[in-house]
Amino acid sequence: MSGPILSVQHLSASVAGQQVVEDVSFTVPATGITAVLGRNGVGKTSTLKAVMGLYQRRGEITLAGERIDGLPTHRVVQRGVGYVPEDREVFSRLTVAENLRLAERQPEPRRELVERLFPDLVARRDQMAGTLSGGQQQMVALARALLNDNRLLLVDEPTKGLAPLIVDQVADALEAASETVPILLVEQNLDVVRRLAGDAVVIAGGRVVHAAPAAALLADEALTQRLLGVHAETHDDKGAAR
Amino acid sequence: MRRSSWTSLGLGVAVVTLLAVLPLLAIQVPGVLPGPTYTPGALQLLALCMVYATLALSYNMLLGTGGMLSFGHALYFGGGAYGLGIVLERTDLSLWPAVALTLLGALAVALVTGAVSLRVSGIPFAMVTLAFAQAGSVLVRRNPDGLTGGDEGLSLDTEHVPAALVGVVHTRNLYWLALAVVVIAYLAVLWVDRSRVGHVAAASRENELRVRSLGLQPYTAKLFVFVVGGAVASLAGVLYLLLQSGTVPRSVGADLTVTVLVMVVLGGVGSRWGAIVGGVIYTLLNQRLTLLAGSDAIESLPTVLHVPLSEPMFILGALFIAVVLFMPGGIAGAARSGFGRGRSRSGATVLEAADDQGEQRVLEPQP
Amino acid sequence: MSTFVLLLATGLGLGALYFLVASGLSLIYGLMHVLNFAHGSFLTLGAFLGWAVAQRMDPSSWTGFVASVLVGALVGALVATLTELLLIRPLYDRHIEQVLVTVGLSLATVALFEGIWGTDADFIRGPAWLDETTGVLGARIPNDRFLIIAVAVLVLVAIVVFLRRTRYGMIIRAGVENRAMVTALGIDVRRAFTLVFAIGGAAAGLGGVLASHYFGYVSPTLGGSLLIFAFIVTVIGGLGSLTGAAVASVLVALLQQFANYYAGGTGDFVIVLALAVVLLVRPAGILGKVAA
Repeated sequence: MSGPILSVQHLSASVAGQQVVEDVSFTVPATGITAVLGRNGVGKTSTLKAVMGLYQRRGEITLAGERIDGLPTHRVVQRGVGYVPEDREVFSRLTVAENLRLAERQPEPRRELVERLFPDLVARRDQMAGTLSGGQQQMVALARALLNDNRLLLVDEPTKGLAPLIVDQVADALEAASETVPILLVEQNLDVVRRLAGDAVVIAGGRVVHAAPAAALLADEALTQRLLGVHAETHDDKGAAR
Repeated sequence: MRRSSWTSLGLGVAVVTLLAVLPLLAIQVPGVLPGPTYTPGALQLLALCMVYATLALSYNMLLGTGGMLSFGHALYFGGGAYGLGIVLERTDLSLWPAVALTLLGALAVALVTGAVSLRVSGIPFAMVTLAFAQAGSVLVRRNPDGLTGGDEGLSLDTEHVPAALVGVVHTRNLYWLALAVVVIAYLAVLWVDRSRVGHVAAASRENELRVRSLGLQPYTAKLFVFVVGGAVASLAGVLYLLLQSGTVPRSVGADLTVTVLVMVVLGGVGSRWGAIVGGVIYTLLNQRLTLLAGSDAIESLPTVLHVPLSEPMFILGALFIAVVLFMPGGIAGAARSGFGRGRSRSGATVLEAADDQGEQRVLEPQP
Repeated sequence: MSTFVLLLATGLGLGALYFLVASGLSLIYGLMHVLNFAHGSFLTLGAFLGWAVAQRMDPSSWTGFVASVLVGALVGALVATLTELLLIRPLYDRHIEQVLVTVGLSLATVALFEGIWGTDADFIRGPAWLDETTGVLGARIPNDRFLIIAVAVLVLVAIVVFLRRTRYGMIIRAGVENRAMVTALGIDVRRAFTLVFAIGGAAAGLGGVLASHYFGYVSPTLGGSLLIFAFIVTVIGGLGSLTGAAVASVLVALLQQFANYYAGGTGDFVIVLALAVVLLVRPAGILGKVAA
């Protein structure tokens, strides 16, 4: 196996003068799903945004050995990084089809894959994305990333606020995707993490405090409680953890 | 008080004292002043510098302290100038009660227009204030009941003005009055900046949501700053009327607001003394460039150079663009980095705060 | 009745001019959050150069007129593009400074125009048909009104088709909604910035030539005086909304015309009052996004 697909060293990021990520270092292996865990507001989303160049950043970020920390966001994406943001961020006044077309970067986008994974979207292609349910919007957001042959996906809380049935569907899609592309996943739902993730990185106070296989971490009740502030068992009701 | 505060206080007193005795001295500044400092011409120009310094101070309070990018500040300046002119012409009030009445009127106008404008922030706020000022400008040009004199402007009715403030021989008194006004304006601005309300306004510039969550009213604080800013601007307008023995529609126009904006950005947004320096430098430059425009040296240049160089506003506009592009902190910012003193907050961050979009970007989308 | 129809036609003509300025302002603001104070200068320059071309050819011929319109649009687009590339882009994402730069540009250019063409208005003429009138329901409507309205409608349709049917149009619509996400799809959104400036500049330059026929003259302050009303239009219509700009252009111009005629020349005040009311009732404008 080759080296890590993504390596983040001493990453700091700030928004409007406020430090939101502080000296974070971790690596993402070239296969499988790596989970980013941590309590709410510790900087998981900010870390992803900093990697994408959506926040001002310092530090060293390499994608398959090439530095990308100096690149603007669109160039990072063009290097093969797909991004599924928190809260979906679909273009609500564009149709589903337009949302997808906008995301297509390669001459032959993988439309059949997307149509297979999310048949719902095919039927709703001419509907305004803003009128979709949360679950459907999440599928649009995932589909936008899966249309291209990426080298890495950054997926931010894909199951947030979704019904259990939809959560399973999203997890299925991520699992299917992870067979061809490594994924860095921010996820609060520990069930999903346990099912999907190989490695886990725990962030607290803007820095990485723990990095280990996900299964080992979640098996250690005391550690999980201390790092994440939740019992490994009470995963279903993540609302209570907030 | 820290030592640096004592130093700046001493420096301030020294500068004001020097300026106060200037009419008794005969200092020549060739190329800047038209004659020695005791001559009416030089004093008139210096007093005009102070009018604009006062105006710039008041605008800096809006933009620098409150983070409000107003494009209608001329309304209050013009309101002061026209207001006093009209009161003096139409009533039998003597000067000081007339000034008080004018300031009260300007205060009321600032309160109403500010209350509506502050319903929005950022760029929309800029556009709304511009629209209000435009309405004022149209009103002045329309000349209702012959009140404002239309495009001709309004000349000062000196019947109720003390003789000591009228005529070229008394320019010196007007100069001292102008100096007093700058000092009053400076102290007023300082008072607002240091007051609780000023702190709330400044804090809400940085993070409105946080202030609101503390149970403070950013709207009220901003409105207060806006109204005080309007009042100080109208005080500058009052002074302008007395100094120029009249006023013209330009004093309510959008051009004037833009001019003040140029002064403040030139001096360095968020810096009180920067605003004063910006106002003074702008006024002097404008004066010199106008003289230069008519000079033989410029006339003899080829058309390509002669046309732009004979337009002072072209040069000032280009200078302004250059400052924004290459010297974001203005003169104050350059001085700060020149003296190597810690940059408390640069003009750029202050400007960012005036942008409501910037604020939205910081806040995560609400679920 | 005939007065009413005449006011209606004149108001619509004025509204058409407002729209040609406001459409660009609104697109630029919507995508870039920049209020472009130099937009009036794009219009003025388009008007002056359009008139210069018409004079070289034959101002009273239709070819001269069409050439002036094309030149106006082209000049507007060109200057706007250069403005974006040279002055706006270096200040990427610093919106207030971008606004300040356009303020400086508008100061400098108006002064420059005064230096070149003088401060006085330059009276112009066009094809004879434009100065004639057509009877509509008893009113004698100047023909230039029809032309201006038609052109504005064409511009509106063209922009809408462009926004709906092309990839760049899609990028612009998406960018108005969420610019960061557009870049996160691997799209260089700055190209769209240049494009909206070019489109807005073209509409303004075109509007400049038409405005000079509507008012009968060109002057260095032509653009600035229209710009203020266009600002009001964009706020009332909802910043960033093209349809809002179109609707508000017509409403504002009609209100202005009717108030000027029936309420003793109070048109400008009525508009500012309308602006205040809209802000109190609906701060985001008629068709603007309602703030979350």
